[in-house]
Amino acid sequence: MSYNVSNLLYLITIVTFILALHYLSSPAHARRGNQLGAVGMVIAVVVTWIKTGGTSWWALALGMLLGGGFGAVAARRVKMTAMPQMVALFNGVGGGAAALIALAELHRILPEPGRPKIDIGAAIVLSGLIGAISFAGSMVAFAKLQELIKGRPITYPGQKAGNLVLLGACVALGATLVAGVQDQWLLWALIAGAALFGVLFVLPIGGADMPVVISLLNAFTGLAVAAGGFELENNVLIVSGMLVGASGTFLTMMMGKAMNRSIANVIFGAFGQVTEAAAAIAAGGGGAVRSASAEDVAVMLAYAHKVVFVPGYGLAVAQAQHDVRQLADLLESKGVEVSYAIHPVAGRMPGHMNVLLAEANVPYPQLKEMDDANGEFPRTDVAVVVGANDVVNPDARSNTSSPIYGMPILNVDDAQAVVVLKRSMNPGFAGIENPLFYNPKTVMLFGDAKASIVKLVQGVKAL
Amino acid sequence: MSHGTLLVFEVTILVLAIFLGFEVISKVPTLLHTPLMSGTNAIHGIVVVGAMLVLGLGHKGPFMWIIGFLAVVLGSANVVGGFVVTDRMLEMFKKREPAKQVDASQNGKGA
Repeated sequence: MSYNVSNLLYLITIVTFILALHYLSSPAHARRGNQLGAVGMVIAVVVTWIKTGGTSWWALALGMLLGGGFGAVAARRVKMTAMPQMVALFNGVGGGAAALIALAELHRILPEPGRPKIDIGAAIVLSGLIGAISFAGSMVAFAKLQELIKGRPITYPGQKAGNLVLLGACVALGATLVAGVQDQWLLWALIAGAALFGVLFVLPIGGADMPVVISLLNAFTGLAVAAGGFELENNVLIVSGMLVGASGTFLTMMMGKAMNRSIANVIFGAFGQVTEAAAAIAAGGGGAVRSASAEDVAVMLAYAHKVVFVPGYGLAVAQAQHDVRQLADLLESKGVEVSYAIHPVAGRMPGHMNVLLAEANVPYPQLKEMDDANGEFPRTDVAVVVGANDVVNPDARSNTSSPIYGMPILNVDDAQAVVVLKRSMNPGFAGIENPLFYNPKTVMLFGDAKASIVKLVQGVKAL
Repeated sequence: MSHGTLLVFEVTILVLAIFLGFEVISKVPTLLHTPLMSGTNAIHGIVVVGAMLVLGLGHKGPFMWIIGFLAVVLGSANVVGGFVVTDRMLEMFKKREPAKQVDASQNGKGA
């Protein structure tokens, strides 16, 4: 296949990718968009297969079968709650592939006479550097979310300075390569250093901030792929990689905005690290916590006019979304108006809660975004907080010393009464004490979210 | 085409892609942010094309072969996993309001 024909066919792929992103602007045709993107991907793979002209076709087939098989099985088996770490994993392997391409390209062009062209050299260094950071960083993010390693920030003295020196060393190695020192080991060292940097830069970031990090690393992989496109002089890699690089950066900024924190603060803040001291103070002067039985809460709910559920990650972990919907249906049948207030960063990714509730067949119109929901709380009888914590923490409004001060929250304390379903009094994922629990309006229903909801369903049915 | 001309052309489409990337997702609602992240994740799986070119066109001995093979494995996992995960997420956003009404009224009768 000629260069021109293959590039024209690649253009079809590019168009499908753009449409795929475009269609994601509405739930109605988002899925079709994604499928269209998949078709475009198949076209690109077939064109490339023909381009390689049958050389080592069996190796290609075997590689694709192994990787594709793993991807398909892992993606099929994963539970909806574990989606974020799956995205991290697939993002990481993409970054790894980009770094490997850099290694292979340098190996290919080095024996050629003359110095490698500066732009190709720069592209190789960039895709190696960014790809390796993305690979290693994503693996750490995966391990943190999968709870293979501690979710809390891991910090040590001289951390930032050390990371900066390491990154500087990698950049210096890269500059040496671009300047024309022709040694493959430079790139190996660069990639190893970048991978180490990737690990060290994600380690101090708290688990609650991991979605922002994954989004950032997603953008990184896009950039690494675009750089790979320059090495291979391949349009489809350049455009698709850059599309992801740009949209991923934009998405990362939007996520930061939803938490009212800059990206720099997410990366360097070691968020949630000050918690033990803060928790100790709050525990000392925290005041009384009221706890209630499921039967009491069932009565509150059944005789309310308007109930708003506020789901958080606790609901996702307990897989309680189906039971919550059952409770909601039951209340609706008793004439109670039910809706769900979704904080933009509830769960572990923006939109995570929407996905989980959609899985449980909760109708869209009942899902209220933060601003709408906050307008409704003053005329809400009972707000039921299911496994959410930081997104309903009033300290974000009033306590300037709180690490989450300034984050927009759901004002559940505007409701007549608040019921908090929680496993224990332990601080949440970000590790911050929550004065909502000590509010006289609040009653706590301790226990596993799923078990508590099931008890509430039984309680309401018995009335 | 000389290398310089090609490079200018490549940089042009790169810059256009930056603007397109910003533009095309600026209208995506919050509730679709997770599928969006996952969908863009699948799109950068296009790296598999680069990996295939390295493995398929590299005739430089075992080193290229091993690196290329690994890259194809990783890239394919990115593509397939990315699209399947995104599809599973979006499957849950099917239009279902009418069906839901029936569902709710049935539950109501049951209770």
